[in-house]
Formats: sequence, C-alpha cells, structure tokens
Amino acid sequence: MATYNLKINGKKHQVDVDESTPLLWVLRDHLGMVGTKFGCGVAQCGACTVHIDGNATRSCVTPVSVASEYTITTIEGISENGDHPVQKAWIEHDVPQCGYCQAGQIMSATALLKNNPSPTDEDIDNAMSGNICRCGTYTRIKKAIKTASNTNLS
Amino acid sequence: MSTTKTTLGRRSFLKNVSLAGGGLVIGFSWLASCKEAPEAKAMGIEMPKEWFELNGFLKIGDNGIVTIMSPNPEIGQNVKTSMPMLVAEELDIDWANVIVEQAPLNTDIFTRQVAGGSQSIRASWEPMRKAGATARQMLKQAAADTWEVPVSEIKTKEGVLIHEASGKKASYGEMASKAATLEVPEEVVLKEKANFSIIGTSKKNVDGKKIVTGQPLYGIDTQREGMKIAMIVQPPAFGMQLKSIDDTEAKKMPGITNVLVIDAYVDDQKIGFFDQAAFPKMAVVVGDTTWQVMQAKKALNVTWEMAPEYAKEISAFGRTFNVKRPVGLENTNDHIKAMQQVNSQKITLARKDGNPEKAFKNADRVIERSYSCPFLAHNTMEPMNFFANVTNDKAELMGPIQTPEAMEHSISERLDMPLENIDIKMTRMGGGFGRRLYGHFLVEAAVISKEIGAPVKLQYSREDDMTNGVYRPAYYATYKAALDVNNNLIGFHVIAGGIPESPLAANRFPAGAIDNYLAETWSIDSNITTGAFRAPRSNFIAGAEQSFLDELAEEMGKDPFDLRLELLEKAKNNPVGENNDYDAARYAGVLELVRKTSNWDSDTSKNRGVSAYFCHNSYVAQVLDLEIENNQPKIKDVYCAVDCGIVVNPDAATNLVEGGIVDGIGHAMYSSLTFKDGKPDQKNFDTYRLIRHNEAPENIKVDFVQSDTDPTGLGEPPFPPIMGAVANALYKATGTRHYHQPFMGSQEFKG
Repeated sequence: MATYNLKINGKKHQVDVDESTPLLWVLRDHLGMVGTKFGCGVAQCGACTVHIDGNATRSCVTPVSVASEYTITTIEGISENGDHPVQKAWIEHDVPQCGYCQAGQIMSATALLKNNPSPTDEDIDNAMSGNICRCGTYTRIKKAIKTASNTNLS
Repeated sequence: MSTTKTTLGRRSFLKNVSLAGGGLVIGFSWLASCKEAPEAKAMGIEMPKEWFELNGFLKIGDNGIVTIMSPNPEIGQNVKTSMPMLVAEELDIDWANVIVEQAPLNTDIFTRQVAGGSQSIRASWEPMRKAGATARQMLKQAAADTWEVPVSEIKTKEGVLIHEASGKKASYGEMASKAATLEVPEEVVLKEKANFSIIGTSKKNVDGKKIVTGQPLYGIDTQREGMKIAMIVQPPAFGMQLKSIDDTEAKKMPGITNVLVIDAYVDDQKIGFFDQAAFPKMAVVVGDTTWQVMQAKKALNVTWEMAPEYAKEISAFGRTFNVKRPVGLENTNDHIKAMQQVNSQKITLARKDGNPEKAFKNADRVIERSYSCPFLAHNTMEPMNFFANVTNDKAELMGPIQTPEAMEHSISERLDMPLENIDIKMTRMGGGFGRRLYGHFLVEAAVISKEIGAPVKLQYSREDDMTNGVYRPAYYATYKAALDVNNNLIGFHVIAGGIPESPLAANRFPAGAIDNYLAETWSIDSNITTGAFRAPRSNFIAGAEQSFLDELAEEMGKDPFDLRLELLEKAKNNPVGENNDYDAARYAGVLELVRKTSNWDSDTSKNRGVSAYFCHNSYVAQVLDLEIENNQPKIKDVYCAVDCGIVVNPDAATNLVEGGIVDGIGHAMYSSLTFKDGKPDQKNFDTYRLIRHNEAPENIKVDFVQSDTDPTGLGEPPFPPIMGAVANALYKATGTRHYHQPFMGSQEFKG
C-alpha cells in the first residue's frame, strides 16, 4: 500500500492503495466516481476511457502509480453542467440506448475533437474503433461527433 | 370514443404503498440521497411542496409537476421513456412537466414487469393509457365538484382543467389534493388515436442527461455503507464442477474478508424457467475493493471434477421443460460434425402440407443448401452484477435484471423466505439482449450476503461473464426446394435443429405459400447452458431462410423481391394449410416499402441484398448495400421498412432499429463462441469479436409503415433479417454464397 495524490477534474484526491491498482478501480471503489465504467479490464472495449493529460486512456490498465503523475479528467469533469458541446450533441441526437458505453465514447470523442476539430469519417473511425457499443449506436455517435465538430471547442 | 374498464382500484393501489414500505415517495429516486430528485434538477423543474398520488402509476405535485412510474426494466429499449409517454398522453399533460421514475416491483399494479419478448409496449398499451385516463377523470371530477358544474362540461388541455361556460380554469396541481380523495372510476374513456399529441412524437431519453454526465444509474454503480465486493471462481469448463478449495493463500491477501463455497441452487430446490445456471456451486472471494478481490482470486487454489448428469423438469408457461445436461467435455468440432449428420438425429415432424414426397420425386431440379451459426455470448457491456443485503428476515436486492418477479420467487425458494420480505429494485441496465432474463447471479449475491452477514455487491469480471453464459444455441438448417420443368416451385422442405434446441418456426413464411411443404426438427443435448438471445431462434433461421430464398430466386430467374411477393400473394389469397403465423399483406407491405425507399428497381449497379422477416408480432424488410475494399466488405447503406403498428416514440424507435441492424451485421459477420474440452476459446474482447465503429454501415435509413394498429414488438424484429441481407449482398459482391456464420471466418476474407 502507498499513498497517491491524484489530480482529477481540477481537484486533489489522496488515496491509500496498492501501486498496481488500476485508475478505474480507484475512481469507482475509492473515490465513488462511478461514471467511468468497467467493461473488459484489458483495454479492449473503451468503457473505462478517461483523459490523462488530455489523451484518451484506458483507465482499466493504467496503474494508479502512473496516473498520479498526470492530470486526469473523467466524464464527471468534462463540463460543469453537462453542457460540453459533445454532451449536447449526444443529447441532440439522442444517442444512448442502454447508455453504458457512452461515457467512454464521449471521452474518446472529446479527445479526438480537441486534437482534430474537423475530423473526417476515417478520422472518426480510427479514433473511435476502440470503443465498443453493444447496442449499435455507432451511426448516431458519428453524427453527434460531426455536430460537435462544427462547434467552437474551447 | 371507447369506454374501457379499469383495474386500478383503490385497494391495489394501497397495497402497493404498504408493500413498498409506506410513504408516498417509496420507490422514487433510489440512488438519490439529496432531497431534490436528480431528474427534476437535470430538467430544470422546480419541485412541488407536496405530492398527491392518484393511482400507482402517477402522482401530481401541488405545482402541477407530474411523476410517472416506469414499470418495466430498462435495458436500452427505451421503455423508461416510451411507457410513461402512454400515461402522459391520456393524462393530457405537457411532457416538459413530467418526471419519470423507475417503479418498484409490484405486479399487482404493474402486471408484466419483464424486459423480454419485445412485449413491453404491446402489453402495456392499454393499462398505461388507462392509468393516465383514470387520473385525468379524477381531476375532472374534482374540478366539477369544486365549481359545482357537470363533469361532462370539463375539458383538459396540457395539465389545465377548463370549464368554458363559466370561464373557470385550474391547473392539475390545484385540483390534485381533492382528486386524490376521490374514488377511482370504474370506467374511463380513452382518446381517439387521431387526437394523440404525445404518442407519435419524438421525446428524448429521460435518462439522457444522466448518461452523458456519468451519474450513477446502473446496478454496477451501487454503493452502500459497509458493502463488500464479491467475485466468483467458477469451473474452467462446462461439464465440470467444483470439488474443493484451498484458501490458505487467498485469505492472506490484503483486503480479503471471506473465502467461501456457495450453492446458489441446492438439489431439492424447485427450479424456475429463468434459473438456468451453468455452475450452481462456486467458490467466492469477498473483500473491500474489486481490485483486491481480483488479485485474491488468482491466489485461490481450486480442485475441479467432472460434473454428473443433470436432469431437471421445469413447469412454466403451462408447459413442462426437460433440462438435460449430459456428462462430458464438449468440442465445437464435434458439434459441427454432429449437426452435419442430420440424418442420424431423431427427427420430428413439425408441419406437412400437400404431398412433399411426391413433389420432390417428380421434381425436374432440387436445390439443397445448408446453413449454420455458432454459439454466441450476450456480452452486455455491463458485466453481470447484483447488490444484496440479506438479514434473517429480509432480503434487499438491487441491480440489473430483466425478470425481477421470477427472481423474487427464486430468492424466496432458495432462502425459504416469504415473498413479501423480499425487495428487488430495478436499475437501468448496461444491456440485456436476453442474458439478464436468467438471474442466477442475483441468487448468488443473496446467498453470499446471507453467508457473510453483510451487504455485498457481486461483480463478474468480463471473463467470468463470457465463460459463464446462457448462450445463444448453435443452429443448423437444411433447405430443399423442388422445381418443375417450367421453373415453378412445387415443393419445399426445411429440416432444422441445434444444440440444444431447434430454431424452426414451422408455421412461419414460406409455410402457407407453397402447396407441398414439409418442416422437420431435431435437437442435440448439451451441457453448455443456453437461453434466449435477442430474437431467439429467429436470429438464425431468418437469415438462413432469406438466403435460401435469394438463391432460389436466382435459380428461378426471378427478382428476389418478386419471388417473395408472389409467394405472399398466394399466402394472402389462397393460403395453404392452417395456423399460418403471419399476415401476408403486412409482410408484403414492408417489402414493397423498402423496394421503393431503396430504389431497388432503378439502382441496379449496387451489390445489394434484400431480406424480410416476421417475429414478435412485427414485420421488417431490409436492403443492404456493400462494397469490397481491400479484400474486406464495407457496408455502405442499409434501408429498412418496419411495420410495428403505431410508433410511440419515433426517434427512439429509429435508434432501436438502427441498433438492431448494426447488431445483426456484427453477429453475422464477426462473432463466435467456440469450445475445446468444454472451455470457451474466447474469454474477452481480444478474442471475441464484436462489431466496431469502422465496421458499421455508413448510413441507415429507417421507415415505418403508417399504421393505426396497436403497437407490436420492436426490440427484436429488426435484428434477424439483416443477417440474410448481409449474406445476399456478399454474394452479389463476391460471387460466393456464404452459408456459415460468422461470414468473416471464411477463407475468402481471412486471406
């Protein structure tokens, strides 16, 4: 066990955990931030996607010892009132069915748009293909990303 | 106008309140500890000071805000939005003033609280509207009594009561306290369909804001003071069982509080239809956090042994089901060989019209083709989990379950506890697809909580989830068609089976359209647990049948639409046999619509396939276009026509259809679960292929047949036919027919 200081969504958190503990379980079990989802545990489905220094990262395979060195953003922290352009686009296109994967989808999409505000279909496919949606909302996700891409992202 | 009897007596309502533990707000906002309902906050709604409950389905605040209970489990099929829309329609309230909350489990009031069979909207179409109409009638009566005018003179408009002659007006909120004291009317008048103002208009997902902001909604998000995390250690293979454990090392691991062996089901227990469980006995590791328990699982030493034969008789739905699991470790290669040797199976006649033997004997040509599909894991994105807090006299459970009522009975049976002491709360589910009909994980959670004497959340890893499935069975079907010298279809024979059940639906199309028709069925026992998977049986037989019809049309020199429509014309005007399980006119209707929307007759340059199917009371036809790019198929456009009667929430319905199409393409092309010595070869998404973003169609166009027929199923019907459309389009693009799913497993695409 060791003590780690984490910078998550602009706030500091201290946790006392084994160094191998993935950031996903620190968020969910220790900090009660359950927006980041558990899907596979092996970085294959994207449900656990967070931003680490702005990059979309699978928190299920990122040890807390590594994560503590960077700035972390989760689905709870991408906007104050749920009004990030990507979140708004998701609502506009009524994307979710079961909704479980959507936090991860949104985190991948926001990271994509930050680096590439006007992505092509191919850019979207490349950035999003690590995020599985079992309900099959892919075509709506693509539309929502395009809607958000026309928005001025700060 | 139609007058209809209500069943919402005061007594059943009061029973609901007392059952749920008293108080008017029970069952509301189960995850919210704050005073203000998060739904309301998210919607910017100001909460009322006081609520008045008019029946078990709804309550009205003194400021006119209405809370509507959503009775059924939400698995992504949109019932949490669409079902309350039915209440709101007849209540006549502005949808912007509606808050939706998940109802408690109480089938005295809410009757069918199941997510399955695509029946939620169909079964609730009347009861939910009656609940709204009853409340509206009570509000009108309250206004009439207050203003001392005849109730027949009171009109309503979006939450306002109006008496035109006197010019008096009042909001529902003003009359709610008085209305709540009135008798529930025994008869109510339902709106004419032409006057619907909410049904048929698109309303956003009521949980949308919570989903995109990551708020707790799902069973897996459950947290409780003192709650432990439990994970299972199960046999490595079907056909094996737990013999003993050595917990010396596991117990020493940090954060571990208990290591135990549980029997989720005991030998003399009465088993229900939804109690399918591969491994009734399992080892369990319990600790403070998920990661600690995951590590301790690796340190647990377990000894396994071969499982004996398992045979149970289950009475359900007025039938007896025999569940039989033979001894042994099964292999996919053996399964395939066994299914191919159809003639060595015990074959049962399912339907016979005319004289098929003679037709085949007299045939000029016989076309025979065989089709197959593998086992599939449901792979809901939220792995199986459930919260349980069981004490000596009470069991509180919460989590993702499609069959809460059935599982309440299972818990009662297993814990020997009266039903009224058991409370199962439904959470939003991270997918269902049929997997969560089978709630063994809920029983496991209850037994663990009882054994350790603490609240617990049972959590399956993805590997636990994928290798302890209630899988889609493996199926196999052979179709034969007899053609005469003039290319007339004179005989048809389907013989279909599977492990452990047959996919055959003997009375569905093309039964009824062919004079000499024979349908036969067979099955092979297995110890691999199987169950319903989105559109059970249809999810294979539709694609097989529709691929065969495509090939048949080509042999006969006909357009594939024309062949289908000619057969349906015969079934409509001059049906063969009895019990034909479809409406030929509606079937033809979706084909004709998609023929038009896809420009089938003019757009002849594309590699396109057509397919149509009827299941869960609804009709779906699809056209799919694809191209081969870099030796891989790329799906371009999909056109879909659906006849599911009245569409309640059009944009959400469209989403569901789009999802069914993507899901069907994915499973037909990529997904497969195979076994070696009883062990699933695929344990996680690195080896189990699900369709991904880059493999989805570029465009999906969905059209609904305009209809005033009462609504029918939608969650399942769009899923089965698309597999046939994929196969038929692949043939157009490659010149090769694809008979065995997953299609991308063929040598052609593997390279």
